[in-house]
Amino acid sequence: MKKDMKNNKQRLSIVMVGHVDHGKSTILGRLLSEAGALPKGKLEQIKEYCRTNAREFEYAYLLDALKEEQAQGITIDSARIFFKLEDKEFICIDAPGHVEFIKNMVTGASRADAAFIVIDAKEGIKENSRRHGYLLSFLGVKQVVVLINKMDIIDYSEEQYRNIAENFDSFLSGLGIKPLEYIPVSGRNGDNLVSLSDMTPWYSGPSVKEAFLAFSNYSTRLEYPFRLPVQDVYKFTRLGDNRRIIAGTVETGTLKKGDHVKVFPSGAESTVANIETLYPPGPDEVSAGIATGITLTDSIYVKRGELLAKEEDPPSVAYSFRVSLFWLAPQPLIKEKKYILRLNASREAVYLTDIISVVDSSELSTESNRDYIGQYDISECILSTVKPVAFDLYSSNPYTGRFVIIDQYEISGGGVILETIGSSHIDKHVDMRESAWRKNQISPICRGQRFSQKPQVILFTGKNLEELDRYAKELGKRLFNKGWNSYYLAMDNLLRGIDYDILSSDREEHLLRLGELLRLLYDTGLVVLTVIVDADIYEIELLKKISQPAKLMIIDTDSNLPANMSDFKLERNADISVLDGLLRKKSIIEEYNI
Amino acid sequence: MDRLQKLESNGIYILREAYKSFGSLCMLWSIGKDSTVLLHLARKAFFGHVPFPLVHIDTSFKIPEMISYRDKMVKEWHLDMIVGQNKEAIREKETYPDGKLNRIQCCMKLKSEALRHTISGDWPRLRFDHKQSKYIEEKDAKPFSGVIVGVRADEEGTRSKERVFSPRNTEGNWNIVGQPPELWNYYNTDFAPGTHVRIHPILEWTELDIWEYIEREKIPVVSLYFDNGCGKRYRSLGCAPCTSPIISSAKNVSEIVKELSSGSLKGIAERTGREQDKEDGGTLETLRKDGYM
Repeated sequence: MKKDMKNNKQRLSIVMVGHVDHGKSTILGRLLSEAGALPKGKLEQIKEYCRTNAREFEYAYLLDALKEEQAQGITIDSARIFFKLEDKEFICIDAPGHVEFIKNMVTGASRADAAFIVIDAKEGIKENSRRHGYLLSFLGVKQVVVLINKMDIIDYSEEQYRNIAENFDSFLSGLGIKPLEYIPVSGRNGDNLVSLSDMTPWYSGPSVKEAFLAFSNYSTRLEYPFRLPVQDVYKFTRLGDNRRIIAGTVETGTLKKGDHVKVFPSGAESTVANIETLYPPGPDEVSAGIATGITLTDSIYVKRGELLAKEEDPPSVAYSFRVSLFWLAPQPLIKEKKYILRLNASREAVYLTDIISVVDSSELSTESNRDYIGQYDISECILSTVKPVAFDLYSSNPYTGRFVIIDQYEISGGGVILETIGSSHIDKHVDMRESAWRKNQISPICRGQRFSQKPQVILFTGKNLEELDRYAKELGKRLFNKGWNSYYLAMDNLLRGIDYDILSSDREEHLLRLGELLRLLYDTGLVVLTVIVDADIYEIELLKKISQPAKLMIIDTDSNLPANMSDFKLERNADISVLDGLLRKKSIIEEYNI
Repeated sequence: MDRLQKLESNGIYILREAYKSFGSLCMLWSIGKDSTVLLHLARKAFFGHVPFPLVHIDTSFKIPEMISYRDKMVKEWHLDMIVGQNKEAIREKETYPDGKLNRIQCCMKLKSEALRHTISGDWPRLRFDHKQSKYIEEKDAKPFSGVIVGVRADEEGTRSKERVFSPRNTEGNWNIVGQPPELWNYYNTDFAPGTHVRIHPILEWTELDIWEYIEREKIPVVSLYFDNGCGKRYRSLGCAPCTSPIISSAKNVSEIVKELSSGSLKGIAERTGREQDKEDGGTLETLRKDGYM
């Protein structure tokens, strides 16, 4: 029991933010020194260093010097500073104040339990004071304390303190942040850091140290419905293991053995057979924050990126959503360019389809009619994915409603989802294309009739490309030899032809182009055969949409598709003539003379 | 959820992200306590399997007990173990113990250089064959583009500035100022071709976290960490000529935890027994710029 108490000790993660030279390092250096959280002799050593280098001692040197020399069991650095105050453990991130280092600041702040915003009492609220406030609200940091520093320079003026506090409070309340405290301090003189200062008799507390100790690591994760983003599905067959384990970290809520779960967006359902661990038996229950793995009673189709939830509390599933987004990269976020969206464990192609407004993060002035989102801009905009994704609105579950965008191999922006939007990017594209489509004088049906056939796209999918290729080729030849007009569109020909300018791994783009081609070939009245290796249900849906008005016939060889997704299940090494009946039944070919 | 559980879960999450993101991934195992905790996390993350090879750089000056512990665990846990070595330097006696190099130069030759060539696959490396139960030279050694490393931010200055997924360019350089952002639990796992990435799943653990976790999980560690009766034990393990034991009577893990949290080692730096750190001004900066982990 005693051991549990000890291990229960938390380490709070605190970030210190603020404009450059507003005194973050000085406050922290002096606080650690006065609170006795520094190694013995360190202070004397720095004072000696300053003497021999003809410098006036400053507490900021203490921190800066510790960045260089870390020999004493605690480590102090611009990135992470570990220390203890009254037996409570902290890891403090001293975020750089320069605007160039915003990405370091958000890196630290996005995982912080609490934050201090430091404001220079004389300079007042500066660009980065506002920007940092905005980012903290954006990143979901709920506990915020504002330190109004350099009170000594303004003669400890209560009026000026109140002035800054009121101004900043109205700014922050616009962002939904209610600071716990506004503490007047002097990092240089140590006022109100460890104990209350006589210089501010009008201020009744707390001190900065007390503010540190008052932070809690209260997490709301357990209060939200169960969500498990599927990080991976493992099947390690070595050493006789035959478990198929769905691995991931429980984001919110709780899951019990025997619970009925549903997979989003696919909608597949099953029951939790077991919660797996290194040494079985596993626990009966896992809750938010725990990296786990489960086995299900049915072998349903689940893959990385999907979201496990319970049927009674489903997440949203959409192709298109309104978001609030912060852009970090020097190159702007622009329309019609493909980016990668990472949302929970999923990663999907995403497009910026509409910019509603752009906010300058330092001034909070709003601009509409912008056609790009620049570095450090905050924007409300519409994003659209090619495949559907599962998530929660930020307002209903912040942990599963936030995302990042990858551009040029790097996290370039992040955001939260505000609302789902009805139709997708692809739907809109298809609608526009079809309404503008210039019809031939001869309809596809008419063209097909010349060969006693209906225009049709037949898609083979399965795990083995060679097998798919063989089936499609054979069927194409068989139909042609019997007098129908068929064409096999081989994947390789696309990759080396119309797809020459894209990476072979860029499946979405390949599918989009394939879909457009299928639509054209359908218009010629042909029976078109093509293949996709290992298509999933979303890819099939995507292709069906984009190739409209062509209707796809899906021939499944040994794919992972659910049974109702395919029109025919072809056994391994099957004779292709088994498809004749299907084609006749669907009136694709009209005579029975095969 | 307590602190250790949180650290564990985060470490497992990172390992799984790494496994998903890299076609050729390996994990360094120095046989020390940190990388042994990392190995335990991997066994937990993948339910008893470690689906990538472990790499050990054998300087030939390791304490023999470390090697026998390594091979015992390799068999017991069915690990895919690769061992690399700077054979030429050892043969030519280009080392510190042979008197030809100083400590830093020796580390660079026997560790950094050997590691670089072992990871790139351009030096011969040994791989444990479980059927024959011995190490045999690996045919067609492939390079690794992702390397999982057990460094901790609290060890020393340069390590505390690391990202969890830390890219190095083709020359192996580390751009400290321009590191990519990491938001919430989204780490950068996309990298331009030619990028070499180090993955740090236990970056935010402290030395005390490591020992408390070893105690809680009952992870077997080399007995050199304990006082076996002569009043001394190793706090940090390295090569025999450059690592000295500290005065301590801690005989088991819980005594080490006590010693670190409230006893004689409270507030005393961990690598005090490492001579090469002293020659490097305590920062390891020279070594780490050149690829030292």
